[in-house]
Order: sequence, then structure tokens, then C-alpha cells
Amino acid sequence: MDTMSIMIVGVGGQGSVLASKLLGRLLVDEGYDVKVSEVHGMSQRGGSVTTYVRFGDRVYSPLIDDGEADYIVSFEKIEGARYLNCLKKGGRLIVNTQQIDPMPVIIGQADYPEKILDSVRASGAEVDAVDALAIAREAGSAKAVNIVLMARLAKYFHIPYDKWIAAIEKTVAPKFVDMNKKAFELGYNH
Amino acid sequence: MKELLIGNAAVARGLYEAGCGVISSYPGTPSTEITEEAAKYDEIYCEWAPNEKVAMEVAFGASLGGVRSSCAMKHVGLNVAADPLFTMSYTGVNAGVVICVADDPGMHSSQNEQDSRHYAIGAKVPMLEPADSEEAYEFAKRAFELSEEYDTPVFLRMCTRIAHSQSIVQTGEPKKIERKPYVKDGGKYIMMPANAKKRHPVVEERMKKLSALAEKTDFNRVEMGGTDIGIITSGTSYQYVKEVFGDKVSVYKLGLVHPLPVESLREFAAKVKKLYVVEELDGVIEAHCKANGIDVIGKDMFSNIGEFSQKTIAAAFGLPPHETYKISETVPVRPPMMCAGCPHRGMYYVLAKNKVTVLGDIGCYTLGAQPPLAAIDTTLCMGASVSGLHGFNKAFGEEGGEKCACVIGDSTFIHSGVTGLINVAYNNSPSVVIILDNSITGMTGHQQNPTTGYNIKGDPATKIDLETLCHAVGIEHVSVVDPYDLDMCDKALKEALSKKEPSVIISRRPCVLLKYVKAKMPVKVNPDKCKSCKKCMGFGCPAISFKEGKAFIDNTLCVGCGVCTQLCAFDAIESEG
Repeated sequence: MDTMSIMIVGVGGQGSVLASKLLGRLLVDEGYDVKVSEVHGMSQRGGSVTTYVRFGDRVYSPLIDDGEADYIVSFEKIEGARYLNCLKKGGRLIVNTQQIDPMPVIIGQADYPEKILDSVRASGAEVDAVDALAIAREAGSAKAVNIVLMARLAKYFHIPYDKWIAAIEKTVAPKFVDMNKKAFELGYNH
Repeated sequence: MKELLIGNAAVARGLYEAGCGVISSYPGTPSTEITEEAAKYDEIYCEWAPNEKVAMEVAFGASLGGVRSSCAMKHVGLNVAADPLFTMSYTGVNAGVVICVADDPGMHSSQNEQDSRHYAIGAKVPMLEPADSEEAYEFAKRAFELSEEYDTPVFLRMCTRIAHSQSIVQTGEPKKIERKPYVKDGGKYIMMPANAKKRHPVVEERMKKLSALAEKTDFNRVEMGGTDIGIITSGTSYQYVKEVFGDKVSVYKLGLVHPLPVESLREFAAKVKKLYVVEELDGVIEAHCKANGIDVIGKDMFSNIGEFSQKTIAAAFGLPPHETYKISETVPVRPPMMCAGCPHRGMYYVLAKNKVTVLGDIGCYTLGAQPPLAAIDTTLCMGASVSGLHGFNKAFGEEGGEKCACVIGDSTFIHSGVTGLINVAYNNSPSVVIILDNSITGMTGHQQNPTTGYNIKGDPATKIDLETLCHAVGIEHVSVVDPYDLDMCDKALKEALSKKEPSVIISRRPCVLLKYVKAKMPVKVNPDKCKSCKKCMGFGCPAISFKEGKAFIDNTLCVGCGVCTQLCAFDAIESEG
């Protein structure tokens, strides 16, 4: 198969690491060649962060460029729009509607583009917007936002539900497995 | 076992399986996880050294003692370790030495994007460059054999995209290596002129042998495909080339990037119509080819600035871009910033308020340069804040002039700030040195250091007392402040600035991200009391914003440090707890 690309974007500190870990585990277990790439260091301090997940028969580049992402999973409302140029024609943006103000907004130099998802939809891109924070809280922890978003991705993905659950069991610390399974279920069926 | 590993973890696995016994490093993105991951193997003695020079010398000593050893650093760390490097090339090794160095093209977390290959050339030390985690693992393992066979330290060059990308590695079992006996050999290990003169020809001879190896080694490989285009490449650039062209072009993939082959490249050149070199940063391979009369196109087509991707390659060869979606709205930038509750912020606020010129250093606290605080004037390299401040003061002579100070983190101070402080004391300048002691090495992801009281394994260790250290080097005025107490900081700063002698202010509070630091209840704005003066906005805390004409505190971000309550003249910010 051709290489598929999933881009996970968000704000440094939001916990996208677990999401990429889960995806990596799942895809390796499915027998794919996999590359997962992220940048550590300064950008993790509240900056805009990206993780690239690519899989297929043989993956070369660890990066995702313009028009290459089959999916963009955004942990924050405007971050997905920031990387929209990376979305492949026919690709889908899965976005958490949570807002986190960047510094230029905080200090009044810029406005937060509240309605940006309307523009994204108007561009023709498929958008699945979900209040992942509310769903995560319902499952028992605000930290489960990552699992809720992975559940939304699973809805459109070719790998069956049970395999995802198995990957969660292998990736998450034992005491959090039940809560995360619940978050996954709530996210999937939302 | 098949594992998905980041390049750095793969290096650690390779070092482990090769029987590496000692690793000494200083943290630096993107190299840090090599040592962190290696420390998880109980069979390897691992440590955080105060700086890269010390780390490399420890690796040298361990090799001398007969144990395979390694040190890891980022590209700029190699500048610090350059002194032992150039002479270790002369001494060679007893047991193998692998020097891991991670470049950061694109400067994701660095102050420059120097190309470490120049060090391999300058020091006459062979350099391997893997292109994914599997190779990182394989090369790390084999680097020891190369090191021992040719009696030389060996470089393993990583870059951000190899160091921090996970790919599949087929791991093996560790090898048990017997310690080599140490045999006294002054001619080899005492590099005084008479001996060093004899060792230099040995180095040149070794380079000849390594050049011969480069012609035939399987670290390099040729992948023949279409012959209209031939590409010489290495490392992460190889992946981008293959992503774009697959088998449509022929590729000469280098794994040994110093020394480079000549005849083998010439043979490859003869098989293709047009030959290109795709390499990030400087045109090292290109210059080598051209010097040997091999006609290539390199930096005329590819920049020596920043990192590449498949897009860079495709665009350079005139291939059409992929279709995508566009919106006209601009998304506000989201630069990194100091965290909510960051202890550095209080001190920066006070420095900015007092309009002090601040020489900065390397760490999380470099983010104090960001608006609204914009509290830093310079960032050069590790330790330069202290020595730079001394020079800045000397420029104004006895009269003094600018109100100035410097800021340096606890780990950076130990790395190379303390030598600057010794100079401040010895050559006497009225320098105000502020040590931002957050009890951890922050930016690189929380590594212990000699001031924290713990070692790399988290076990208790000797803790350097910064106050005593500063006194011992000759600084009389040493004060300790809590950066959450703005008045205390302001008072200490004003007092230090008024003195004719040097002084140190230790601004002490642990990093808010440390697990043992418990967040308090968030504070909140009482909208009835808020007069919309926006004074709290000038603090630059990511939890504070302005909504519907009043200050607003995001309770998912606020950690209840309460510093903003000291700023509000109307007591509008209230503690919940």
C-alpha cells in the first residue's frame, strides 16, 4: 500500500505524546512499516507542536509536507487550521474545539479567530469538530483528550475497534486503562 | 525483538549491545535521550557531567581504563569538547570510544546550525551518519569495532529528524566484553611535544587507511535505479530523496561521511548522466567531489540554510506541489513561552520594571526574551552571560554606566558560568549575576545536575551549595530570593545594582513542571474589582488574558502561584483556596 500520513498538532504540553505512542503501537502490531516523528525541546514550552505518523509497506521520510496528510488530528481549535496546507485533497481534519490563547492574543496584539473552522469547511476540507475536553471530563479525566481524539480518528480508519482497545491496554498505565477505554468508547460513539 | 524506537533510543540500544560500559554526557537537544535511554540499562554506568568537555574526557579515561565508552552532546556542545577531541585523535583509544553528536538543522532548539562534519575533518576522526533508527542502532554497535580496529575515537552524527523520529529496529542481545588491560604507554598517551610529533604522522597514516576503507565499506551503499539522475546523499536527506524518487534515480548513500571515498564515487558518477549531491547544511560532500574532479550539482540547487524535507527535493527538481486546501484567514503565531507559574517570570518582571540591561544565557529562561517582558538583551552560548556582563561593565570603566545584570540557570552556571564568575571576582567588576535556580536542567526535559542533589538514576548525590561556591570564588555579596516574592526580588536587585563590588542573587524556586511541585488552587479575577488597567497582562502569564473588558484567568492553566495578585493595585485577583 501507499504510505499514509497522520499529523497530530497541538500546543506544547497538551499530551500528544500518548496519542502518537498509541498509534505507533497499533500500526506496528498491524505489521506496517512505521515512522513517528516529533520535535523535543523549546517548542514544547507552550508553542505550536506537531507529530508526524506515517505507515505503509515502506516508509522513507519521517516528515509530512504540503498536501500529504490523510488526517490531521488537532488538539486545539486553531492549530489544525495552521497546518491546513498539509492536508491532502480528500483528507480530513479532526479537531478538538478547545481554545488555548497564544501569546499574541493574550497580550492583545492579535484576535483569536473564533470562526476559523467555518473557513476551513468553506475551503472544501472535511472537518470533524468535537469538544474532546468535555467528553474526556465525562470519562473521568481532562487528560483523556488524546484518547477521545484517537477514537474519532478510529471512526474513519480501517483498523477495527478491538485492535485499538488492545493497543490502549498495551500503551496506557494499568490504573488508567479503564478510564481511557471509557474515553475511547465515548469519543467513538459521540 | 522488533521495536519502534526514536533514533536516540536506538543509539542507546546499540551502545548497550556493544558492551559499552561508561557513558558521560551533558544534556542538549536533540542528543539528550541517548544518555537517558542508556541509563535504563543497569549494565552501563551513565552520568550527567557538568559539561561536554568533562564528559568527553571521562569517556577518554574510561577507554584508557579498558572499557568501551561513549559521550553524547548536541552540535554546540562539541565546541565545548573540542579541546580533548583534537588531541584524542592523536592518542587514539584503548577500548573503543564513540562520540555521539546531534546536529539541529532548522534550529528547533538551538542557537546556531553548525555542521559537525567540519569537526570530523578538522580533528581527523571518522564519522558515521545513520539515516533511521535501525541504522542508528547498527552504526552505534559497529562504531566500537571501527574505533578499536583503527585506534581512534569515532563520531556518530545524528540530526534532529533521526534523533527524534521513531522507526522499527530489530534489536539483538548484548555482548559481554572483557575489560582491556591498561598498559602504560607514554608515547601514545602523554601528548607533550616530543610524543605528539610522533603521533601526528600516525593520525595521517590512519586517515589514509580509513580513506581506503571508505572505498569498500558497507557503511556506504549504491542503490542503482534510473540512470538519468544520480544522487549522492546521507542521513535524513537520503529518506527525502527516496520519498520523492523511489527507484527512479540512482543513489549513492553514504554512511561513513568522513573520510569520503573518491574512486567509488567516481565509478558511480560514470554510471549516471547527471550527478547531484543532496546534503543538509554545508556543502561538504560537494566540495570533496569537486576537489577530486567529480562534476556534481549541490548548493547551487539546495540551500545550506535550514533543514530539508521531501518538498525541498521535489521543488528543487521542478516537480509540481501536492494539491491542498487554503484559507485566507491568518492564524496568530504561537511561539513557545515560559509556563504558567514559571519561577523565572517573577525575576524577569522585576528586571524589566527596573529597566536593566540583561545578558542572557541558554535554557528555558531564554524565553524571557519574548514579549511582553522582553527582559533579555543577549543570548550567545552556554555561560556567556556572566563573562559577557563582566566585559560589558569593563567597557564603561570606573564610572559605570548602564544598569546591567546577567541571568543564568543552575545547570548552565555549573556548565560554564562559574568560570566567568571567577573572572568577575578575580578581575573585579560590579557585575550583578543572577542565578535562576529552578533546581533542574529544564529546557532539555528535566535532567539532574550537580546542584540538584540527585544523579542521572535519581539516586541521592553530592549537592553543590551555590551560596558556598559563590563565596568560595570570592563573591562577598550573595543573596537568595524567592522569585514568587516580587518585593523581595526588587529589593535585592536594587541593592546589588548599587554596589561597587560584584554580587550574586540566587533566584530560587523549583521548576513548576517538576512532579514534586504541587499546583495550588487557581486564582481568579473578581470582575467587580477589576478596573481593566491591564497591569497583570504585562506579566506575560499564559493563564491571564483579557475577556469582555476584564482580566480573565484560565483555571486549566493557572497553577495558583499567586504572583499576579501582587501586581493588582485593586486586589481584584483573589485566591480561591
